[in-house]
Amino acid sequence: MTPITITKENFDSEVLQSKLPVLVEFWAPWCGYCRRITPVLDQLAKQYDDQLVVGKVNIDEQPELEERFGVEIIPTLYLFRGGEASEPIVNPGSKAQIEAWAGL
Amino acid sequence: MKSYDVIVVGGGPGGYTAALYTARSGLSTLVLEKLSAGGQMATTSTIDNYPGFPDGVDGFDLGQQMEQQAQKYGAETIYGEVTGMDLHTEPKIIHSSEGDFAGRTVILATGAYPRELGISGEQELRGKGVAYCATCDGMMFRGKTVVVNGGGNTAVEDALYLSRLCAKVYLVHRRDQLRASAVYRKALDEQGVEIVWNSRVTALRKENRLTGVELENVKTGEKRELASDGIFVAIGRVPDTAMAAGQLELDQAGYIVADETCRTSVPGVFAVGDVRTKAVRQVVTAAADGANAAHFAEEYLMDHV
Repeated sequence: MTPITITKENFDSEVLQSKLPVLVEFWAPWCGYCRRITPVLDQLAKQYDDQLVVGKVNIDEQPELEERFGVEIIPTLYLFRGGEASEPIVNPGSKAQIEAWAGL
Repeated sequence: MKSYDVIVVGGGPGGYTAALYTARSGLSTLVLEKLSAGGQMATTSTIDNYPGFPDGVDGFDLGQQMEQQAQKYGAETIYGEVTGMDLHTEPKIIHSSEGDFAGRTVILATGAYPRELGISGEQELRGKGVAYCATCDGMMFRGKTVVVNGGGNTAVEDALYLSRLCAKVYLVHRRDQLRASAVYRKALDEQGVEIVWNSRVTALRKENRLTGVELENVKTGEKRELASDGIFVAIGRVPDTAMAAGQLELDQAGYIVADETCRTSVPGVFAVGDVRTKAVRQVVTAAADGANAAHFAEEYLMDHV
């Protein structure tokens, strides 16, 4: 599946109530490091299609979600399992690091 | 174990140029990239000094295009993190998060990463005021006061970029002149960037996040406090050679010793781009290295059938 766009309107239904774990990236269009991990997130969404959903929060458009999770730097990634947020990972340096953090 | 004529470690401009040339020569080529194509270049929004793009080119897009171009001629890319290598065996073995790969030749294109200040609190304040990439994190400091530490082109570019977003930008440099190109100096004055000469950052002040920095004048030893919401560290780069530690010759700063041929101290192992000993580290010189390394890798393979 391709990554889905997460907003404050669909956050509950797509993230908190999701049956699969949801990897949520907080990002913005002006963020260079966010662009660098975009291909990796696309690959993960495809490669772990049956294990994981990838969602993206644009902090410029979703300041409420940015504030709710206290995101101070981007890209910040959270993994939600059964509505619970994991410890975040900030600006991961490799695909392998994201996989290890997400337990994939 | 899958084996290749050429394994390129790192998918920046040096790595993908090497892969383009070796693949076009009919050599089986693997690029191992840990994140995505482009390397450091991919975080630069506009590259104005790569020839052929009079209006500048987006570094991320250029990286993607270099990957596609190498791919078109048969170079394979695997997104894996290299964890170690055996460069003295025949063939050479590369260990990665995606498994082991055998290469008759290896081209190291691992690049460099930003040098840290190495002072107390730096790690815990990462993302809470301490940053290393102005174009990445600058927007978080809109309307605020920031310090840029360094005196090279990166520091000055960062200061200029931030001066368009922030209320106040200080440029703290340990010398009494900049190493940056002269063209930047005038722009700094025009943008109202305040330069603090002969100073280094000796401590970070914090509450929940960074609140300021302590500076020391390196000539007089005098200390001063500067209130600041952020510090952008731009004091140089460190070559990424940990994965090949102890297996080939490095210079004192940690760069892989290799001349224009890109041959390292180990036969069949080449170094390209920012990780190699050289005077000018630019996208175009990394790309040039890639072509040279490919040529001499091919020569090596012909002599070692």
